Amino acid sequence: MKSTVFWGALATIFAAGLALTGVVQNEYYYNALYLILQGTLMAVAWNVLGGFTGYVNFGSAGFFALGAYTTVALNKALGLPLPLLILVAGVVGGLVGVGLGYLTLRLKGVYFAIATLAMSIVIETLVVNWSYVGGAKGSYMLTPDTHLWFDSYIQMLFVVMLLLTLAAVAISRMLNSSRLGRGLSAIRDDEVAAECAGVPTLRLKLVSTSVMGAMMGVAGAPFPYFVTFVDPLSAFNLFIAVNAIAMPMIGGTAHWIGPVIGALLLGTTQEIVKVTISSEMNVLIVGVMLVAFITLAPQGIVGLARKLRRGRPK
Amino acid sequence: MPAYSGPTLALSLSIREVEAGYDAVRALHGVSLDIAQGETVVLLGTNGNGKSTLLKCVMGIVRPTSGSVALDLDGVAHDLTRLSTEEIVSLGVAMVPEGRRLFPRLTVEENLLLGAFRPQARADIRKNLAFCYETFKVLKERRRQLAGLMSGGQQQMLAIARALMSSPRLLLVDEPSVGLSPLLVSNTISMIKKLKDLYGLTVLMAEQNFHQAIRIADRGYIIVHGEIVFVGDVAALEQNELVKNYYLGTG
Repeated sequence: MKSTVFWGALATIFAAGLALTGVVQNEYYYNALYLILQGTLMAVAWNVLGGFTGYVNFGSAGFFALGAYTTVALNKALGLPLPLLILVAGVVGGLVGVGLGYLTLRLKGVYFAIATLAMSIVIETLVVNWSYVGGAKGSYMLTPDTHLWFDSYIQMLFVVMLLLTLAAVAISRMLNSSRLGRGLSAIRDDEVAAECAGVPTLRLKLVSTSVMGAMMGVAGAPFPYFVTFVDPLSAFNLFIAVNAIAMPMIGGTAHWIGPVIGALLLGTTQEIVKVTISSEMNVLIVGVMLVAFITLAPQGIVGLARKLRRGRPK
Repeated sequence: MPAYSGPTLALSLSIREVEAGYDAVRALHGVSLDIAQGETVVLLGTNGNGKSTLLKCVMGIVRPTSGSVALDLDGVAHDLTRLSTEEIVSLGVAMVPEGRRLFPRLTVEENLLLGAFRPQARADIRKNLAFCYETFKVLKERRRQLAGLMSGGQQQMLAIARALMSSPRLLLVDEPSVGLSPLLVSNTISMIKKLKDLYGLTVLMAEQNFHQAIRIADRGYIIVHGEIVFVGDVAALEQNELVKNYYLGTG
């Protein structure tokens, strides 16, 4: 995709989002769109490490919750405004990402995945035992009165999330098509060979884990305002981690557009199922779609499209 | 001949009494080896005798538990046991790993560009890429193809070309014959010789195929169970009883 087309598309989508808030009043739609965008942001973040670099992370919920609880703690302590909370959550997520990178340097494949899951559980245990942010009981967040020129707070949150997601997509695209991104792909394909070629594998892995952590922290930061009540169960929800993996897998992990396509498809399906059938069916839908895509299109939708374009059945 | 007063432009690698291994298994027992500028040195040995481990010690991928690996570069000595692999690559050492180890899901061109990841190599990236395409015509034709979809011989060419992208002065080649047909082995060995002459490379090659390796070698070392058991020039190697025992099966 040409750069001008890409930036034009981002600007158009953002303008369309803004325009929507002037037309549609029904708060449900913003709720649904917010969740789809949150999923997209998480999927894009997961893909930086999982797709580009080849390190599968099961601990996405931990990073997401870090962002959410950064908001809870700083809101209570200092009463910071949302943009600052998002920024700090990004920094916290990024730093923990670097920590994860350092701690798990020698771990590969399934061992790395287990370590990320363990890290998420450790963070959850810390939060459960931290009474300042509500501990296991959770804590309420008051929705601020100010919501700029928007009709409601949820409209503003939707626009904020749209902006964050578009920014993440732009960063992911830059990474994917840069020299740095080529280095990450080299690590994914053969880490020893990458090192032999002079690729600074350690530094690139740390860039990858920190970008992933920062994006996930950012994704979690507005969450307390969105749900108005946060407890460890909702912030560390396994479903968040599962979605973050399933969406890029379904869309295709090798290209930046993959997680976006996967998130829009899976996220929209989930929201439709939620209102038409039941919210419990969600989990089943993810499972079925994941199994279907892994068997029928192991390279995701992007991989399938490439194969069809080449016109060469495998 | 006029006297040259500047620093001597020379490279030499000196490995002294290196011990190395993997956890409890010792793979190298006091190995010493020298290479001077412009030489082609071949490290001969069958599987599991420590050839790859020695090359990995030079690249900083395996750390010796004792001994030294020193690269003398234009009068400046570098202790390779203290440098990271990227730093060693920056000094002008490149390795063609055993079994090629390409990036299979990247294109041929992306593989080549990755060979020039270090800042020093990026200055010459266009020149080196053009040179690689000129030398390996097949890589130019297939530059948009995924590396993993090429034949074994083409993959070996790509692996060598990728190593050359970092403008190395010392090229380490680990068993270029693995998985190739006899004709391709012969072609690959000839190519290494040709490149050595073109680039003015110094080459350390680990190889099992004695007859192919000594075609281009100046000197050879025989390594058995992690110890150097013989050092000599090609003529001496051909005469040596050990070679007959270990390689020719006539002992």
